[in-house]
Amino acid sequence: MAAAGPSVFLLMVNGQVESAQVSGRGSCPPSPQSPRGPIARPPGLLRGSGEFPEYDELYCKYCFVYGQDWAPTAGLEEGISQITSKSQDVRRALVWNFPIDVTFKSTNPYGWPQIVLSVYGPDVFGNDVVRGYGAVHVPFSPGRHKRTIPMFVPESTSKLQKFTSWFMGRRPEYTDPKVVAQGEGREVTRVRSQGFVTLLFNVVTKDMRKLGYDTGPPDTQRASGPSPPQGLPQ
Amino acid sequence: MSYPVPTYKKLPENVQPRFLEDEGLYIGARPEVPRACQNIMENRLLTQEPGRKWFGDDGRILALPNPTKGFPSRPPMLTREQDIKAELETLYKKAVKYVHRSQHMIGSGDPPGNFQLDIDISGLIFTHHPCFSREHVLAAKLAQLYDQYLARHQRNKAKFLTDKLQALRNAVQTGLNPAKPHKSLDTTQKAINEYKSEIRQTRKLRDAEQEKDRTLLKTIIKVWKEMKSLREFQRFTNTPLKLVLRKEKVDQKADEEAFEAEIQAEISELLEEHMEEYDQKMEGYRAAYQQWKAWKKAQRAKKKKKKQAVEEHPHGEVEQPCPGEEPVKPVPPEPTDRALVEQQVRERAARSRRRPGEPTLVPELSLAGSISPNEQCPRAEVLRREDVKRRSVYLKVIFNDKEVSRTDSRPLGADFRVHFGQIFNLQIFNWPESLTLQVYETVGHSGTTLLAEVFLPVPETTVVTGRAPIEEVEFSSNQHVTLDHEGVGSGVPFSFEADGSNQLVLMTSGKVSNSVSWAIGENGIPLIPPLSEQNIGFRSALKRADAISSIGTSGLTDLKKLAKWAAESRLDPNDPNNAPLMQLISVATSGESYVPEFFRLEQLQQEFNFVSDEELNRSKRFRLLCLRSQEVPEFRNYKQIPAYDREIMEKVFQDYEKRLRDRNVIETKDHIDTHRAIVAKYLQQVRESVINRFLIAKHHFLLSDLIVEEEVPNISILGLSLFKLAEQKRPLRPRRKGRKKVTAQTLSDGDIKVLVNVIRAYDIPVRKPTASKFQQPARSSRTFSEKRAASPTTRSPTHSADYPLGQVLVRPFVEVSFQRTMCHTTTAEGPNPSWNEELELPFRAPNGDYSTASLQSVKDDVFINIFDEVLYDVLEDDRERGRGIHTRIERHWLGSVKIPFSTIYFQAKIDGTFKIDIPPVLLGYSKERSLILERGFDAARSLSAGSYITLFITIEPQLVPGESVREKFDSQEDEKLLQATEKFQTECALKFPHRQCLTTVTDISGKTVFVTRYLKPLSPPQELLDAHPNDPQATAELVARYVSLIPFLPDTVSFAGICDLWSTSDQFLDLLAGDEEEHAVLLCNYFLSLGKKAWLMMGSAIPEGAWYTERNTRLGSHEAWGPTAYVLTREQSHYLIWNPCTGHFYGQFDTFCPLKSVGCLIGPDNIWFNTQRYDSPLRINFDVTKPKLWKSFFSRSLPYPGLSSVQPEELIYQCTDKAAAAELQDRIEKILKEKIMDWRPRHLTRWNRYCTSALRHFLPVLERSRGEDAEDDHRAELLKQLGDYRFSGFPLHMPYSELKPLTEAVYSTGVHNIDVPNVEFALAVYIHPYPKNVLSVWIYVASLIRNR
Repeated sequence: MAAAGPSVFLLMVNGQVESAQVSGRGSCPPSPQSPRGPIARPPGLLRGSGEFPEYDELYCKYCFVYGQDWAPTAGLEEGISQITSKSQDVRRALVWNFPIDVTFKSTNPYGWPQIVLSVYGPDVFGNDVVRGYGAVHVPFSPGRHKRTIPMFVPESTSKLQKFTSWFMGRRPEYTDPKVVAQGEGREVTRVRSQGFVTLLFNVVTKDMRKLGYDTGPPDTQRASGPSPPQGLPQ
Repeated sequence: MSYPVPTYKKLPENVQPRFLEDEGLYIGARPEVPRACQNIMENRLLTQEPGRKWFGDDGRILALPNPTKGFPSRPPMLTREQDIKAELETLYKKAVKYVHRSQHMIGSGDPPGNFQLDIDISGLIFTHHPCFSREHVLAAKLAQLYDQYLARHQRNKAKFLTDKLQALRNAVQTGLNPAKPHKSLDTTQKAINEYKSEIRQTRKLRDAEQEKDRTLLKTIIKVWKEMKSLREFQRFTNTPLKLVLRKEKVDQKADEEAFEAEIQAEISELLEEHMEEYDQKMEGYRAAYQQWKAWKKAQRAKKKKKKQAVEEHPHGEVEQPCPGEEPVKPVPPEPTDRALVEQQVRERAARSRRRPGEPTLVPELSLAGSISPNEQCPRAEVLRREDVKRRSVYLKVIFNDKEVSRTDSRPLGADFRVHFGQIFNLQIFNWPESLTLQVYETVGHSGTTLLAEVFLPVPETTVVTGRAPIEEVEFSSNQHVTLDHEGVGSGVPFSFEADGSNQLVLMTSGKVSNSVSWAIGENGIPLIPPLSEQNIGFRSALKRADAISSIGTSGLTDLKKLAKWAAESRLDPNDPNNAPLMQLISVATSGESYVPEFFRLEQLQQEFNFVSDEELNRSKRFRLLCLRSQEVPEFRNYKQIPAYDREIMEKVFQDYEKRLRDRNVIETKDHIDTHRAIVAKYLQQVRESVINRFLIAKHHFLLSDLIVEEEVPNISILGLSLFKLAEQKRPLRPRRKGRKKVTAQTLSDGDIKVLVNVIRAYDIPVRKPTASKFQQPARSSRTFSEKRAASPTTRSPTHSADYPLGQVLVRPFVEVSFQRTMCHTTTAEGPNPSWNEELELPFRAPNGDYSTASLQSVKDDVFINIFDEVLYDVLEDDRERGRGIHTRIERHWLGSVKIPFSTIYFQAKIDGTFKIDIPPVLLGYSKERSLILERGFDAARSLSAGSYITLFITIEPQLVPGESVREKFDSQEDEKLLQATEKFQTECALKFPHRQCLTTVTDISGKTVFVTRYLKPLSPPQELLDAHPNDPQATAELVARYVSLIPFLPDTVSFAGICDLWSTSDQFLDLLAGDEEEHAVLLCNYFLSLGKKAWLMMGSAIPEGAWYTERNTRLGSHEAWGPTAYVLTREQSHYLIWNPCTGHFYGQFDTFCPLKSVGCLIGPDNIWFNTQRYDSPLRINFDVTKPKLWKSFFSRSLPYPGLSSVQPEELIYQCTDKAAAAELQDRIEKILKEKIMDWRPRHLTRWNRYCTSALRHFLPVLERSRGEDAEDDHRAELLKQLGDYRFSGFPLHMPYSELKPLTEAVYSTGVHNIDVPNVEFALAVYIHPYPKNVLSVWIYVASLIRNR
């Protein structure tokens, strides 16, 4: 029985939360003229605005959201990074290089782990406010993957609340950042996009093929050996 | 040798040859063997082997259908053996990507498409031409008829049908006289009937065919005669047609006999048919006649009545009988006359058949006749012939509306035939859209006219040159031509008659014989454009996949019609050529419903099913996944579903399946009496429905569920926050903040601990010096006066037996047990000990599931037991006393506090002074009454008010409590009222956000109900009222006790945090379970009926053990006590606060009253919200008439609308069955005894029967006195009876719900823990039944140690 094959597969993820490009108008009291939508701006091209201080001194938290059939076996599934300030060169980059290293085991690809990122930083008054939420699935196929996640924050429900939340430094936040990894209940929220975070993943899987799940790219299939997928359980 | 062998030789004796073909069986085409060869073979077989096994039933040699292939083939030539491998070697060819080419364009990258269509135009015949003379017209007609005749003759349908008829008749004959009697009669009869009907059909068809044949023959002869007369009349011949009628002699006699036999057979058949018909008609007639008779009778009766009616009401409208409705008197059918039938048959035979003896006429048309030369013709005819000669015809070939080629112009012959014999090779690129031939006629040099267009079908791709048949395509023109010569013209009327009658109008028409086919290239590949290029590629692709058939209907749209046609045309069902068709038809007709009435959309679903549904259902893994995703309770949080079926244990489903099975089965094993079993089942169902509702609500999100957002602040907060701006953001010395709450997902076993801080206790019972009361020798049986035991250890003079008061005679310690983990404090001294100790107990969630839902449903309790530590000197010998101490520690249970984990979980921390649950009789202990007396301002207060313990309990780390459901229930209340309640509640919440304000509640069916509807005077059982007729206070207490005896809903935890359902008092009494609101409502209703002024009081109280549910986490979050419901009554001068769950009452100024704050009062007709500054009952005024102190819901602006009550008119109480209660009592006793023995696995458990019976006698006394003031008598009695024993025990009292709480209570006392070798036990159970099956259970447990 036991020799028949593995009963779980393993997914090892390491990598790092590399850097952020946070664009946006920063915190400003809403004025009637201010446009409703976000201003499209290419990432990395930050306008040095003297009027509003830009986001700086950001830190980020990450956590993993996964299905019921998944369990972490090693490593940290939550983490909080150092505070980083913008570089002084022209790139004005916010680099964390915050390592991620976690291993999951699972019996079922349903509920594949997602990494949820939430970025925080001080506003004008020095209150820590959220600067962005984002989530992305851990890549399926083994190898090195780079992901750039667009970030967003929840919007205030009214102009007045927008003002007071700005003023008091208590912006709307998700009750649980894991909300951004699920679809349920999102229809009641409004968000505004701002910024990007770049992530680097190195993914290694074990025994997925033996359990009948084929995730590799087509050319590596042949190379990875002749073990035939076992298909459905008999 | 080649003489034919006579048939009789080849067959067994006296057997007629049997022709299977005649019987309708299929016989394949026999291989063609020359007759001579056959004869030789037959002769040889007969002489060599006299057996007849080589011959069939028909007397011929057995032969299979022709096995030869229609075309030559040859096996592949293999030169060498090793080449086989080479032949079998597969060759990899890279897949070529298909490039779609448009219809009319050949892709530039492709080789030029050299496709070729061959059009062979062989000739043209005019079936009518303007230049036709009259004779020509007749000749054309004759030729046409003759063609018809030839075709019919070839098919010879009449002959076929006659043969068939004969065969059928034979079959009927054999069927009627069955040679094989074993055939069931039924089938034969059925078969015969079928045969008969078939005979009928066949006969009709044959008659029709024969008649047609005969008519055709007659017409041919008529036309020929006309033609002959015309030739004679015009005295010249234009056409070479000549008809010869050949007569074939027949054997007159045989013919006549056959004819007569045929007629006789027909007559008999017809007669039979007629008889059948007659029978049927007769049947119908009888039925109709009966009906008519009945009607007649009714009519007569009606008439009579009508007459009377007319007499009675001479002026009333009398219904006129409707003459139209009168049924006609049926006429009996006439029997058939044989003579008449015969006459009919003979007439028909004469009409359609050759007369007997008449020679058979065979027409033969030949072109042997001579045409009269021009000189013998009149001028008009000559002109016509010249005109014909001047005419010539050519054809144009039009491809895709473009002329591609034309034939040579050929002169029209005298016989109006044109021979072209030309083949056109069309080199094409495109799939042909249309192919047309245009017929042009040239008259002399004058010009050409377009006669007609002939549309040719584009050939199938299988039709290639060499295989294509010559086809004749008819055309006709609508031109009008009038000629001035003998020609009849076209589109002009003309007549053969001299008088011009019988006019005919003929149009130019003709036939083009041609063939269209695809050419074959040099390498044998047909030069056909690719199929994908066929026009309307999309549609044709669909056709290829047979989309219609795949969606449930077939390309053959009407299979039924096809089947009908097949049946009518007598297709031979056994012919292999017809096999697919027959199969299709049989499929189509077998089930009437085959032609589906449905339209299927996902016709391709089957292709995507990688495993059959059955197999899918059998998969345990799939089932597990489904159940989990449906959030079935057993699997809601199932983790790590195994990857393979084989790893899933069958027992995973057992509980679930058992639950499904038992849903309607009442299980009486767990619930000793059936009523409670039913109730438990019902509650289970209610809970399930509520939980389902909750689960649905959980998937419905509000903004506040997802996003934390500050509310719009008012100005003061804004101002404060302005100040905050100036504060340092990250101070070096931060202020204390609340503990961080931990989300449950990250937790695992051992992470959570329950912390219990035992601080101090008040009024612990002390050991009672009994020596003074019972004047007994010091050293004998003073077993429970522990002073003697205590003295050796403490050696303090204050511990002597005679010390009067204020002695420290108790050494209490606290033991906390949770999930069967025990922890205890050190031992303190005195009745008011102070421990100040923190105990840490690990918490383990069920199945290691730390999700909120799972934590909510943890049912474990934290037991806090207070024990007295007693030291016994076990030194045997006084001489050793100086050298060693030898004592045994015993612990005596004094009381307990029970707090459910769910309370701690929701409350996050519990901080307060709790009343210790002390048994009513604690032998050897007494309360220090002096302390109580100091407080004694309250007359009504009982002295045994109890002991208290101060605790602080919390969970480390703090967990996020579950959310309460905020589902909006539907309601039958007035919309205005509901709005008013909302307004009232928001107003109240604005002023006093932490005070509970209750206006609407949810009833058991899930509807919102206004709360005052629950209050209505309801009378308590008469039995209780009769007990103390003259003492209203005692009655009230008894009633309160009765209410408190109704058990608490044992599984409130399942509802905790979800929602709170209020049942009405009758539902409550039926269920015999409820939480504090139900108790309070019932008690309040009883008090109202007793004439008291009573209110329901909503407020917060110290949680009383299990009797506590969390309703609103927000309300209680900052306080140590939780919301609850009490009852307030007004006596003459003061107010009393009643705890409905314990039956205790407190004065308003009792400091130990567990009620700590009052939110609102609810009366039968109003709600008052407490607007006073304080909410402690000690400090508030209960005068609700003062609007400054109490804000009332109904006021002058909103008067009380007089809401009807949801409560019943009155409560009906049944007397409880005493015998059942007694039986239950015995069973409980037995079970408890067994349990105690189970808990002591290492020791012998002896039962002292004598003591047990003594205790059993005492328990009813306790019930009568409600556990009060019975101690001294009891002690005296026990002493008398059990003088030699050291006795330790106490009665436990509780309402009866089920067995488990009883065993838990006994276990928690730790009586069984004694391990003194000669210990004996006593256990007695008493159940006192109250009306409505309310049972009060007393359990007396004791341990006895015999004194030396």
